[in-house]
Amino acid sequence: MRSAIIQGVLLFIVCYALLSIYQTTIFNLEERGIKTSTSFFDSVAPFKVGFSPFLDYELGKTTYIEIFYIGVLNTILVAVLGIVAATILGFAIGIMRSSSNWLASKFSLVYVEIFRNMPLLLQIMFWNFAIFLAFLPPPKQSLEFGVFYLNGRGLQTPLPIIENSNNFNIWLVTIFFSFIGVYFFRRWAKKRFFETGKTLPVFSLSLVFIILFTTLMFYALGGPLTIELPVLGKFNFKGGAQLPLPLFSLWFSLTIYTSAFIAENVRAGIASVSKGQIEAARSIGLSRSQMVRMVIIPQALRVIIPPTISQYLNLTKNSSLAMAVGYEEVVAVWANISLNQTGQALIIIAMTIIFFECCSLFTSFVLNIYNRRIQLSER
Amino acid sequence: MKKISLLLSGITLMGLAFTGVSTATTLEDVQARGELRCGVDGGVAGFSAPNNAGRMVGIDASICDAIAAAVLGDSNAVVYVSLTAAERFTALTAGEIDVLSRNTTHTLSRDATLGTNFTYYNFIDGQGFMVAKADGLASVKDLDGASICVQTGTTTEVNMADYFRNNNLDYTPVGYSTSVGTREGLEGGACDAITSDASQLAAIRSETANPSDWTMLPEIISKEPLGPVVRQGDDQWMDIVTWTLHALINAEELGITSSNVDAMRADSPNPSVARILGGESETGAMLGLSNDWAYNAIKQVGNYGEIYEAHVEPLGIARAGSVNDLWTRGGIIYSPPIR
Repeated sequence: MRSAIIQGVLLFIVCYALLSIYQTTIFNLEERGIKTSTSFFDSVAPFKVGFSPFLDYELGKTTYIEIFYIGVLNTILVAVLGIVAATILGFAIGIMRSSSNWLASKFSLVYVEIFRNMPLLLQIMFWNFAIFLAFLPPPKQSLEFGVFYLNGRGLQTPLPIIENSNNFNIWLVTIFFSFIGVYFFRRWAKKRFFETGKTLPVFSLSLVFIILFTTLMFYALGGPLTIELPVLGKFNFKGGAQLPLPLFSLWFSLTIYTSAFIAENVRAGIASVSKGQIEAARSIGLSRSQMVRMVIIPQALRVIIPPTISQYLNLTKNSSLAMAVGYEEVVAVWANISLNQTGQALIIIAMTIIFFECCSLFTSFVLNIYNRRIQLSER
Repeated sequence: MKKISLLLSGITLMGLAFTGVSTATTLEDVQARGELRCGVDGGVAGFSAPNNAGRMVGIDASICDAIAAAVLGDSNAVVYVSLTAAERFTALTAGEIDVLSRNTTHTLSRDATLGTNFTYYNFIDGQGFMVAKADGLASVKDLDGASICVQTGTTTEVNMADYFRNNNLDYTPVGYSTSVGTREGLEGGACDAITSDASQLAAIRSETANPSDWTMLPEIISKEPLGPVVRQGDDQWMDIVTWTLHALINAEELGITSSNVDAMRADSPNPSVARILGGESETGAMLGLSNDWAYNAIKQVGNYGEIYEAHVEPLGIARAGSVNDLWTRGGIIYSPPIR
């Protein structure tokens, strides 16, 4: 009872403090003649955003609220790309770190200690200004890789353009069915393995099937896609798609930095698997790769996942350092450019905070579900 | 229970502190503090940047020096606060600084919605473009399809967007949060051109590895009247800042310099000179200052022309005949009379 009263009083105090902060803010804003309203959302944004792969940007049409969406999507893009790459790289480095090969384990030790201990902003600026910008040529002397061109502005790639949207949709459906086919094939292969003990190279066979089937269907439907190639213009490439250098620099630095932390999580996870498990796996004749895949990793994941979730959250939040190299994510285009043009600091900063808050909560929600599934297998 | 009531009363007091609003005027605050807090950029040569001795110098910093001399009698009684473009107005309206002198363009939306008041102009600028000489470009119209480095959170982004839209030209902005970032981007080849106020481009060029590699395009695409900004709602303080700037301009017009100000005060036959320097009428008292306010500013900082010559001329921005010259010599720097 006593503790309930204390908690109630504390809750009241906290609410009272929040309320008075809110009232003071509103009062002071009015006092100083600062007008706060969301009416600017539908005003046309008077500046240009260069990189907007998901929403069409048009100078003189795009409104402020659309700028917010563009920024949000660009943040999500670099966060997803970074999380995927950092996970793969982090696992590779972490497994190397626990390997008995002296060179591999020392290499990953040096890797982790270098990249974990340097401030991220410094790394982003180092890679962007001192390495990529300094060594990549200007557009006219681009490095050519077939139809891909690499230069100081970024990577120019061909862009698929839908010619016949009907046939294209049919093609998408056939891709879907090929995956369903693979699903049933895998079930059959598993059943056969349990009945006869014979194994099949299921993964390679599925891959070959999907590639062959979708390619055949693509041509059978008359090739509903055409490819637009990048062509060198006066200053830069025109046509095709561009992955701008700032995106690449940011993605690269976030990946390198975060993978060093994930590698340490992976090492800790592997170290937590008891020796008896490994000996047992050896004694039933599993190969080394089977042992890693089927015995060590599933058990190590229980230890790896929780700290890795917070690395994913860190990566997402760290993407806001993009301002230093000019990638147009939400902090750059919304909390910086839009704020400066409209002066609506309160609303804009609040929306940015809420976005990052939602992003983090969503990521940890999804991963916690996964984590719970993994943990259940513990007996 | 006693503890809780103690806690409660503490919190209530805190709540009162939250809601309390300071009633002192900016002048009283500055005088009580004994120093002026001045928001500057801190990284733009000629406007506000530390010199070799670590002292903030430039035409923007000098305006603060002059205000401190007029209000406190000591041009050294200034604390400079370096602010980014995005921070500057919030710092001012929140009371972190007393005056914002950070190459800030006067626009309607800033004046009307940010709780700020613009005083007068200490530099009248315009936005230009700088490109590599080797590219052989003659006009901004040649920049169709180019990537252009720009500092984010400034009016330059908007001017550029307007100009390119108006002229049906395409471009890709490459935005950095600092002016140093735009220079590194340009030198590293992230963009084909850089845009900013012409004065800043001159400052940026002076900091590149090889200044003669870069050239300005002839077009000036915007009006950028730059000057000190104050909080809305304190008319006395606004008058002080405005008239300190006017005093520096008037001093140049009347031929009063930091070196001859004593002689002029002792015996000048011109009543206008006497009024500025504290004789004949109580100009200082009208502003709530001592009567030698303008004398102190001119003596310790110099007149407008001296400030320009010391800080902006070295960037290679000539004054003679430009908009920043006095109205008597074909420019538009003009000040109402002090009387």
